[in-house]
Amino acid sequence: MLLFIIRRILQTIPVLLGVSLVVFLIMQMVPGDPATLLAGEGATKQTIEMLRHELGLDRPIIYQYFDYVFHAIQGDFGESLRNNRPVLDEIMIRLPITLQLALASILITVVLGMIAGIISATKQYSMADISIMIIALLGISLPSFWFGLMLIYFFSVNLHIFPVAGWGTIQHMILPAITLGAGGAAIVARMTRSSMLEVVRQDYIRTARAKGLKEHIIIYKHGLKNALIPVITVVGLQFGALLGGTVLTESVFAINGLGRLIVDAIRTRDLPMVQGGVLIASVIFVFMNLAVDVLYRYFNKRIDLN
Amino acid sequence: MKQLNENILEVKDLETYFFTEEGTSKAVNKVSFSLKKGETLGIVGESGSGKSITSLSLLRLIPSPPGKIVGGNIFFKGEDLLSKTDKQMRSIRGNEISMIFQEPMTSLNPVYSVGEQIAEVIRLHQNLGKKEAWQKAVDMLKLVGIPSPEKRAKQEPHELSGGMRQRVMIAMALACHPEVLIADEPTTALDVTIQAQILELIKNLQNELGTAVILITHDLGVVYESCDRVAVMYAGKIVEYTTAKELFENPKHPYTIGLLNSLPRLDMDQEELTTIPGTVPSPYNMPKGCSFAPRCAFAKKICEEMVPDLQHIDQMTQVSCWKHTVQWDREFVVHEKVGVE
Amino acid sequence: MKPEIAMNQSEMTIVKKESQKLKRWKAFYKKFKRNKLALIGGYIVLFYILVAIFAPIISPQDPFKIDLVNKLQTPSFDHWMGTDDKGRDILSRLIYGSRLSLTVGFVSVFFGAAIGIILGLLAGYYGKWMDTIIMRIVDVLLAFPGILLALAIISALGPSLINVMVAVGVFSIPMFARIVRGSTLSVRKLEYIDAIRALGATDVTIIMKHIFPNILSPVIVQATLRLATAILSAAGLSYLGLGAQPPSPEWGAMLSSGRDYLFSAPHIALFPGIAISTLVLGFNIFGDGLRDALDPRMKK
Repeated sequence: MLLFIIRRILQTIPVLLGVSLVVFLIMQMVPGDPATLLAGEGATKQTIEMLRHELGLDRPIIYQYFDYVFHAIQGDFGESLRNNRPVLDEIMIRLPITLQLALASILITVVLGMIAGIISATKQYSMADISIMIIALLGISLPSFWFGLMLIYFFSVNLHIFPVAGWGTIQHMILPAITLGAGGAAIVARMTRSSMLEVVRQDYIRTARAKGLKEHIIIYKHGLKNALIPVITVVGLQFGALLGGTVLTESVFAINGLGRLIVDAIRTRDLPMVQGGVLIASVIFVFMNLAVDVLYRYFNKRIDLN
Repeated sequence: MKQLNENILEVKDLETYFFTEEGTSKAVNKVSFSLKKGETLGIVGESGSGKSITSLSLLRLIPSPPGKIVGGNIFFKGEDLLSKTDKQMRSIRGNEISMIFQEPMTSLNPVYSVGEQIAEVIRLHQNLGKKEAWQKAVDMLKLVGIPSPEKRAKQEPHELSGGMRQRVMIAMALACHPEVLIADEPTTALDVTIQAQILELIKNLQNELGTAVILITHDLGVVYESCDRVAVMYAGKIVEYTTAKELFENPKHPYTIGLLNSLPRLDMDQEELTTIPGTVPSPYNMPKGCSFAPRCAFAKKICEEMVPDLQHIDQMTQVSCWKHTVQWDREFVVHEKVGVE
Repeated sequence: MKPEIAMNQSEMTIVKKESQKLKRWKAFYKKFKRNKLALIGGYIVLFYILVAIFAPIISPQDPFKIDLVNKLQTPSFDHWMGTDDKGRDILSRLIYGSRLSLTVGFVSVFFGAAIGIILGLLAGYYGKWMDTIIMRIVDVLLAFPGILLALAIISALGPSLINVMVAVGVFSIPMFARIVRGSTLSVRKLEYIDAIRALGATDVTIIMKHIFPNILSPVIVQATLRLATAILSAAGLSYLGLGAQPPSPEWGAMLSSGRDYLFSAPHIALFPGIAISTLVLGFNIFGDGLRDALDPRMKK
């Protein structure tokens, strides 16, 4: 087990390098020369050349890449082109907010999703099951940002229950968390349902019945634990969609988080900020995946060994 | 004191049907047999003969839909199981009547230790505390011949071999000292050497605990070794019901004869293996009359027209075959209802 | 002798006449038809495709015609879905927008699938170091959470619908690569592949004739479901202003102005969202149905 963890951690290193490389290369694709842009209009060729040298743009690309990584590891992601503040600082202010949003959303995804899935599976083909499955289907089809807008309209504008935008209190968190978490909840619900239905067909459930156990003990004690194993994978995959989804949700609800920061940076062509933001978000995601993998392996070693 | 030949289980005209889109399958079609205390009854048949469904019916474990027990009686210690409530059935399962299944690999829950799975049934039916139930579980593991039982009890099924898993299943089934053990092809999925061990284990435990056993199998060799009486099933019906000795020495039903003939023999030179021509009829499309008639070398017109009942032809043997009725050598009038003394 | 459940007379003759392949298609179609929901999904998708094709004919008005006098009108007889902030007829814009959404969907998924299939086939067939390298690349692509990769690409290339197609395409590659690799691996392991290799079949032949047909069904299912995601992502990116630029009637972009007028004219946000939702729903239901019909394990 420990060996597996170490191996997995080692595996993330090339991935992280790859991510940084991809981000770096993508930034290189930006048309136009950063030095020229930075120098502004009417700058002389000399000024531009000096700027290029200063920015290290006249050195070979590989060198620039390693330079970037070297600095990044130390926390230096350059400075925002918009306000010249260090990229890392700007990100760090906003990251906690995004993480809170992500956490609240995961809670909704997992709790709501699992409960819905279990109800659906245990009452297969009932009204409850069919409605839950229809809602789940809608859940994966609605654009999250539209869903958010509709929620704002009905709850904030019409009913005045929740604030329209911003962040700070629990009330601020509810609508965005629902918006972000609903899609994932739908996927988890469907997965839980199908997993439970499959588990219930297994031989060991028949054995449990032959022992004279009550039906609900059979389902919840014997069935559920087995059924939730594949659900863990799905939840893990949802982290990605969630982190990515913060971009849209934060825009809709005007939340000052990392997602919105990245989007604004793209709009204003603040490339160091985009680079830093995407990189940091991806690194966090890679470690989240690592954690999920380890967790899954822990629960799954009995099936692996078979 | 109970007499040795008292029937602990009496099945009368059991009918279990499956209702599907393809039609209605009469998986168990008026099956009757009995089981004495401490006896071993073998139920033999090919896949699809209805033997497994019969055993599941006894404990009312038929998945419903699409299956349903539609008729008959199952008298256990004098009471009809088919009229009991769910709650009453649950207190019988694992407690007075237990069952073990064919695939020990998948019949044990992978996420719990084997000890816990045995202790669970003990706690359920014997109202013991956690610690005592665990101790009893360990004792059961010892009884079924698993070495280092305390250590093994804490392990999960995937850490045990196939033979050991089946022993665990047996331990779990016998933990509450049931009076009947139904063993549905307990050795089919195991290696031949392990098969013998498991069968011997069941026999020993049977002698020690006084359990009656219903052994379901398609392997005639197993029947010969382990059973007192045998019921041969074909297409949902019992075609021959007699003692094991009589079955092998003097088979009556053409199907039984065919089965025995198709066993390869080591003491004779055989150029070809004999087989029974034809195939088992589809359960959705049974032939009118005797279901074996299309494949029977002896079939006459009556066989194709009317279904023979299971009848005594002497004190210990029952057969359902027109050939063994007194009127066989006479010509039959098709619509004459035939009775046998 | 191992007995098998016999078929009755009529079934046996039919089986003798039909070829294997035809039997499979019939079984598939029967299963698919049983799943009525899937059929509905198919019809929805078909509906939108027809709307897109016949847009100029069925559109009541010019989607680009600005009419500031009548701006922000709620649904009325003249404008069934009302007008937007520049007085343009929303219904017409929705109709033309279907072309954009469908195009983005199909192009990006096709692009992602094509590359993904090639990568998957190479990785699965040749194995060893090619497999490792390709899978590392796929891992890297998957290391980006959600649409972040797409965002990064657009930030470099600039906002436009075409760049959205590229971005969403790239971010669709990993899924196809993985699935194709998996299928390729399992077919590759079959003994008969070794047999025909020994007979001298070239790699290309093997891949094209034997492996490719086997990967088609999971790919088609995945493609249908990916279409749903791609359209959602594209709409999202346009919503953020990173995709189709005004005055393009792209649905996501329409939602963006919908937000600005959410309080005063909520209908602007309502209708494009419904359009996106139903199209995506159609693909999802259809894809689900396809998966159920093609998956041999499923037993209803």
